[in-house]
Amino acid sequence: MTPILQINDLKTHFFTKAGVLKAVDGVSLEIGAGEIVGLVGESGSGKSITGFSIIGLVDAPGRIVGGEILFKGQNLTNLSPQEMQQFRGNRVAMIFQDPMMTLNPVLRIETQMIEAIQAHDPSISRTDAHARSRDTLGLVGISSPEERMRAYPHQFSGGMRQRVSIAIAMLNKPDLIIADEPTTALDVTIQGQVIHEMQRLCRETKTALLWITHDLAVVAGIAERICVMYAGRIVEQGLNTKVISNPIHPYTRGLLGSVPAQNRRGEPLQQIEGMVPSLLNLPEGCAFQNRCSLLTERCSLTPPDVTKTDDGRLVRCFNVTQGDTA
Amino acid sequence: MTAFILRRSLQSVFVLFVMSLLVFIGVNLVGNPVDMLINPEADQAEIERVIRDLGLDRPVTEQYWYFLVNAFQGDLGKSFVFGEPALKLIIQRMPATFELALFSLLIAIVFGIPLGIYAGLKPNSKISKTIMAGSILGFSMPTFWVGIILIMFFAVHLGWLPSTGRGELGTFLGVTSSIFTLDGLSHIFLPAFNLALFKLSSVIRLARAGTREIILQDYIKFARAKGLSESRVINVHLLKNILIPIVTVIGLEFGSLIAFSTVTETVFAWPGMGKLIIEAIYNLDRPIVVAYLMIIVFIFVTLNLVVDITYSFLDPRVRIKGEA
Repeated sequence: MTPILQINDLKTHFFTKAGVLKAVDGVSLEIGAGEIVGLVGESGSGKSITGFSIIGLVDAPGRIVGGEILFKGQNLTNLSPQEMQQFRGNRVAMIFQDPMMTLNPVLRIETQMIEAIQAHDPSISRTDAHARSRDTLGLVGISSPEERMRAYPHQFSGGMRQRVSIAIAMLNKPDLIIADEPTTALDVTIQGQVIHEMQRLCRETKTALLWITHDLAVVAGIAERICVMYAGRIVEQGLNTKVISNPIHPYTRGLLGSVPAQNRRGEPLQQIEGMVPSLLNLPEGCAFQNRCSLLTERCSLTPPDVTKTDDGRLVRCFNVTQGDTA
Repeated sequence: MTAFILRRSLQSVFVLFVMSLLVFIGVNLVGNPVDMLINPEADQAEIERVIRDLGLDRPVTEQYWYFLVNAFQGDLGKSFVFGEPALKLIIQRMPATFELALFSLLIAIVFGIPLGIYAGLKPNSKISKTIMAGSILGFSMPTFWVGIILIMFFAVHLGWLPSTGRGELGTFLGVTSSIFTLDGLSHIFLPAFNLALFKLSSVIRLARAGTREIILQDYIKFARAKGLSESRVINVHLLKNILIPIVTVIGLEFGSLIAFSTVTETVFAWPGMGKLIIEAIYNLDRPIVVAYLMIIVFIFVTLNLVVDITYSFLDPRVRIKGEA
């Protein structure tokens, strides 16, 4: 599978008054055509910033300081602002966390959809753009789309609004959709529907999906591959089944241990001791050292490089022995 | 919506009634107009005749009752000085005041919104800081003083613009106004700018505050993520949202623009109702003062209603609540 998106050693830093905040610090990641990849991490681990870096919407004082983002071989970090604007929403679209906030409250749904089409194809007529918008709205499961086109966002429920944002993201048939916690703000039943819908749509349209979330359960249900992020770096990356059933990195283990599971009924939940270190003041060596159960002397000296295991997983930990992966 | 308008109209009538009572009592307290109107050498019989003619020999309650009865028939009394109906005198001067107020409003909107948005988008640039410092000056300098300075600089020192009067009037689509002739425009510019300065400052500050708040919203980021051009994001997605508070404030303060035009009109000898009321107060011309204040109250009450209705067009969320 040829990757449509290949991120190599991406570094996005924020230059604040308090110092340089390394939100993303050496992330490498590949997404194949039509593939669903889950990017998991706690708040502040840099997962959203990775997403925003791809579409070139990192807010000041942040900027990409290193690495490359190759989309079908073209380096996005070298594009001019105009080229980047044409690229956004066209080849790569993004969906945000809070559906209550992502649609402009004073504009009709049709306005917000048609403008997204016309921004990338000024020659298309309003009628055609309207028809395409309406069909896409129907595609994401909104009933009587023709009528709903005239509605305002506040006339939709949260789940419906998220479907509208998904429809907007799909309007230009992108190759990749970045979904930044699209179900976090929804209640559980709606969450299930939206995940299912996204999965179906991406499969049908062969759209790749980068699903950013802090919820391992969601990712376990949808992603083909999982990347676990901690303090600006991907600490473990591999096939969904492998990562979930047999986590290698102590952080991934900790995360999985803190999720209630049927086969550990009645046992107390584990928790990861300590706090995420401040991104302004990361320790020398491994960022996870202060919370790690496998701590050795090396860990506090240099950050671990990526190790490839036998089953093709990429792990940033000194203590990965082949025995662990068996 | 109809019920809403009806309810508001009834409230307005009540406000007008209370206002008339307060104004009537007020003007009766400030002084005796007879002293101002009568030739100091007139004899006692003459004085009493004038007092009787003006109806001032009756008790205040009776005077008020007659005022109310006449007011319901559209008669707000005759001016003591001019001997003509007060309402007619005020309405004659109204176009001049409205034209001045509207032109000022136009200046405030056309310059205020873009300047405010710019200052909101680039809060740390030198230009933005200059704009904001300017708006503080606009807020804090007294109108009459700015007016005099404007006259001294542009009319006296540079000689570019005239300092008094309305200039030549032109007629366009049945409306007579000085903005339809070049001479009239040159006359209106200084007083309109003077009157607009305060409003301009508040529009700048509102637009800036709105921009700073809205620009951080997710829907702005989402609009950018859709690949919209920056001009579309600012001129549609941002502007429509910041307009909501601006329209409210502009609308509500249009009344104060008319009311405050008294100062500007006096400084620039603009023949509007503001100048008329100042003269009426000097002469203790009670019917004009009462009629003027009633009209101002009426304008305020109407504007409030218009703002509420406009607001519901701008913000779809309000519209739905109104219908429910």
